[in-house]
Amino acid sequence: MLRFLGFRLLRAAITIVMVVSFAFVVLRLSGDPAQIIMGADAPPEAIAAFRRAWGLEEPLWLQYLRYFGAIFSGDLGRSMRDGREAIALVAERIPATLALTIPALLIKLGIGIPAGITAALHRNSLVDRAVMVLAVAGFTVPSFVLGLLLVLVFAVQLGWLPSGGQESWRHAILPIVTMGVGGAAVLARFTRSAMLEVLGQPYIRTASAKGVPWRAVVWGHALPNAAIPTVTIIGFMVGSLIAGAVVVESVFSWPGVGRLLVVAVANRDLAVVQCILLLVAATMVAANLVVDLLYGALDPRLRQRAG
Amino acid sequence: MRKAPLLEAMGLTRRYAMRRGFLGRPVEVRAVDGVSLTLERGRTLGLVGESGCGKSTTGRLVLGLEMPDAGSVAFEGQPMPAPGTPPWRAMRARMQMVFQDPLGALDRRMAIGAQIAEPLEIHGIGARRAERMERVAALLRDVGLRPDQAVRYPHELSGGQRQRAVLARALATDPALLVCDEPISALDVSIQAQVMNLLVELQSRLGTAILFVSHDLRAVRQVSHRVAVMYLGRIVEEGEPDAVLHDPAHPYAQALVSAIPHPGRGQRRILLQGDPPNPADRPSGCAFHPRCPVAVAICAKEDPMLKPRPGDGRRVACHVAQGEVPAPSVGRSAAGLNRPAQISKAA
Amino acid sequence: MSEPLVAIRGLAVDFGGAPALRGIDLAIAPGEALGLVGESGCGKSVTWLAALGLLPGRARVSGSVRLAGEEILGAAPAVLDRVRGGRVAMIFQDPASSLNPVHRIGRQVAEALGLHRGLRGVAARAEARRLLDQVGIPDAGRRLDAYPHELSGGQNQRVMIAMALAGQPELLVADEPTTALDVTIQAQILELLGALRRETGMALVLISHDLGVVAETCERVAVMYAGRIVEEARVARLFAAPTHPYTQGLLGALPPLDGPRRPLSAIPGSVPEPNGMPPGCAFAPRCPHAAAACALGVPEAVAVEPDHAAACLRAVRELLPA
Repeated sequence: MLRFLGFRLLRAAITIVMVVSFAFVVLRLSGDPAQIIMGADAPPEAIAAFRRAWGLEEPLWLQYLRYFGAIFSGDLGRSMRDGREAIALVAERIPATLALTIPALLIKLGIGIPAGITAALHRNSLVDRAVMVLAVAGFTVPSFVLGLLLVLVFAVQLGWLPSGGQESWRHAILPIVTMGVGGAAVLARFTRSAMLEVLGQPYIRTASAKGVPWRAVVWGHALPNAAIPTVTIIGFMVGSLIAGAVVVESVFSWPGVGRLLVVAVANRDLAVVQCILLLVAATMVAANLVVDLLYGALDPRLRQRAG
Repeated sequence: MRKAPLLEAMGLTRRYAMRRGFLGRPVEVRAVDGVSLTLERGRTLGLVGESGCGKSTTGRLVLGLEMPDAGSVAFEGQPMPAPGTPPWRAMRARMQMVFQDPLGALDRRMAIGAQIAEPLEIHGIGARRAERMERVAALLRDVGLRPDQAVRYPHELSGGQRQRAVLARALATDPALLVCDEPISALDVSIQAQVMNLLVELQSRLGTAILFVSHDLRAVRQVSHRVAVMYLGRIVEEGEPDAVLHDPAHPYAQALVSAIPHPGRGQRRILLQGDPPNPADRPSGCAFHPRCPVAVAICAKEDPMLKPRPGDGRRVACHVAQGEVPAPSVGRSAAGLNRPAQISKAA
Repeated sequence: MSEPLVAIRGLAVDFGGAPALRGIDLAIAPGEALGLVGESGCGKSVTWLAALGLLPGRARVSGSVRLAGEEILGAAPAVLDRVRGGRVAMIFQDPASSLNPVHRIGRQVAEALGLHRGLRGVAARAEARRLLDQVGIPDAGRRLDAYPHELSGGQNQRVMIAMALAGQPELLVADEPTTALDVTIQAQILELLGALRRETGMALVLISHDLGVVAETCERVAVMYAGRIVEEARVARLFAAPTHPYTQGLLGALPPLDGPRRPLSAIPGSVPEPNGMPPGCAFAPRCPHAAAACALGVPEAVAVEPDHAAACLRAVRELLPA
């Protein structure tokens, strides 16, 4: 077990190092932060001073090493824009993001899983087809399109809800729905196919043949098995609680982590970008770890192999 | 002067490292443990045993699809060349494999004629396309299909026809040896008979030698000239099919024979206790002794050798059958099948 | 003759226009052992899945299945749930995938005990342990907490049998119970089924493609071909005097254990597709004795002797002295 955990953590660390390095390279090669932050018409002396202050005149590899050294000593750096601690900047945005992503996750689970199960149990029925058409629609329409569509209908045409901002709970409804619908569609499709796969297994027939009522076959025999593949996709959704709102936050001008990321990238504000990426990678890795542990809890065949 | 046999395998051994559990240390599993066998041109050797006894691995070792950890294979008097080299490829054309599941062995997106022509192209047989097509038609006729079925796809054929197509493809390079791994066990009874008849007929016409790997003693008797019974990676008995079937010498062979379900057979079965053993957990001494109804003390300690039995020269690996130890109270009679179902194990 | 335990009349099953069963008549007496033999797709498994209402929804089922006089075909789910696993139990070909991989063995056996005998908790566990003992699983107490993947194929099939015995059934339907097992394990399982039948007095339907397996275990055999029963007789009689050419073909296709080796009398061709049934007798295209009359109508089963019926025009002709 310990070896298993250690192995997973090592893999997680490698993933994070790669993500952070990639961001460093891309951000540094794509533009000069001094130019962008100080403005195109800033005097050259000011830009030179800015560079000196942030160590930008040193060779790239030295900056890279320095940056990593800082990370390992717990210093995630400061924003080049206002000089605040990057981590504080990011941390104060997290609640706003979670206020969208957690309700959206609940919608995904609350609609996606029951819809998938219902569709599988009534395969090829009208219900099944309706669910699948909706799922394909929800799955293929990108969230910025869906978001704009919802704004057009509920904010512009009907005037029921605000189109952007963060003043009240009513401002959160459209972004939450936008995210929830797409995720619910993915989950419904996934749950349906997992359920269909399980319902075709011989042990389901065995359960029926020994007189287990159908409801109990579904709840007691089919669902515990169908849960095993479904957990993967749920884990992925949990992992994207922080990062999954970039597009939606931009569409609805919601001041969360996602929008901070967009602004920071535009400014080549490396410390902030890195800080967010670290956070995202860490949540992903944690979610994956939980999924692996859940597998063991759900499937005794894996428990033996992993334990 | 004695001509070298077509195939001669000496002391073939194949080990795998198997990890038990995620944390478990790898355990060495000897899938095949010192198997020697000889196959003459145009003859069939039946290799029988239960799942995990190493019969399929032996088939792959003989073909050079896997390399043995010890031992050697000589084909037509020549040692097996290193895999991947041109001489190895040339030798591979002379020996072909037929698998259990014909649908899995065929490419679903390709007409069977094209699949039969493929080995011809690979091995450069038939200079022109027309020549190759003629050969494909002849091969289809050989295996009892019609030349016009060359354009059919695997899913358009029945199970028996697919196995015929697989055979035609295997025969395309005119091999001297066919290794058939459970070639009939996925087929229906009436189709099994068709394929067994076809194998015997092809052999008499083409002179192909066959290594027939099967769990089915009846089928093995039907097609083989000799039979070798395997248990846990070793050959425990070898002889003429009728001799082994009517008077099995090894207690495992006796149990195997008595387990053949047969209409109208009045004899009682010998019931073996327990499951087939795990190759990773090989018992000491004779690997069969924990399930053996006639095992004595020495069987748990000393590994019996496969050697001719005094008297009739049957090759058998068993202390009791060899008469090296006094037979236990029940006694080993020639008609060992008539034993009562439950035999108290001798101390 | 006493009332049959199960009486099937005119059972027909259709999967979206492709007939799988085309009128089955079959009776099982209390305590008897009947073998149901035929090749894949002949409908031998479908017969019992249909009788117990275990086929998927798209199957169209008609006819009648009476259990001790009571119609169960199309019965309410609550009625069927009491029959299944209670009065009629069923075990299947592949024991490893027929047990739920995420539940412990003991729980799966106890579930049947709860449904049919009202046993729960400690009582159910004790009885489950007794059942595992009865089917010959060593160390039954500890095995209760094992998962199916921790047992061998033979042991899993024993667990399936224990689960089937839990409801104290009057009939056990065993669908190819040994096909996925090794030869020596097959012998163990057949021996166990025979012993349990003697102990409990339950009837047994053994579905198999293997005439040998059926011959050793059953008293009566019904041979099926393309969704119909083509011959039915006591075991000894069927092997001594097979009447239907298909039965003769099946016996001829079995390699003999002794005597000179000669080509087997294989049945030519292959089984017809369900949606391409030949007119008249379905076996006629493969039959060495087929005549023009065979294509005219589906032959009805006729008694060639008491307790021996065959559905073949030749059988009828032989009955009428020329």
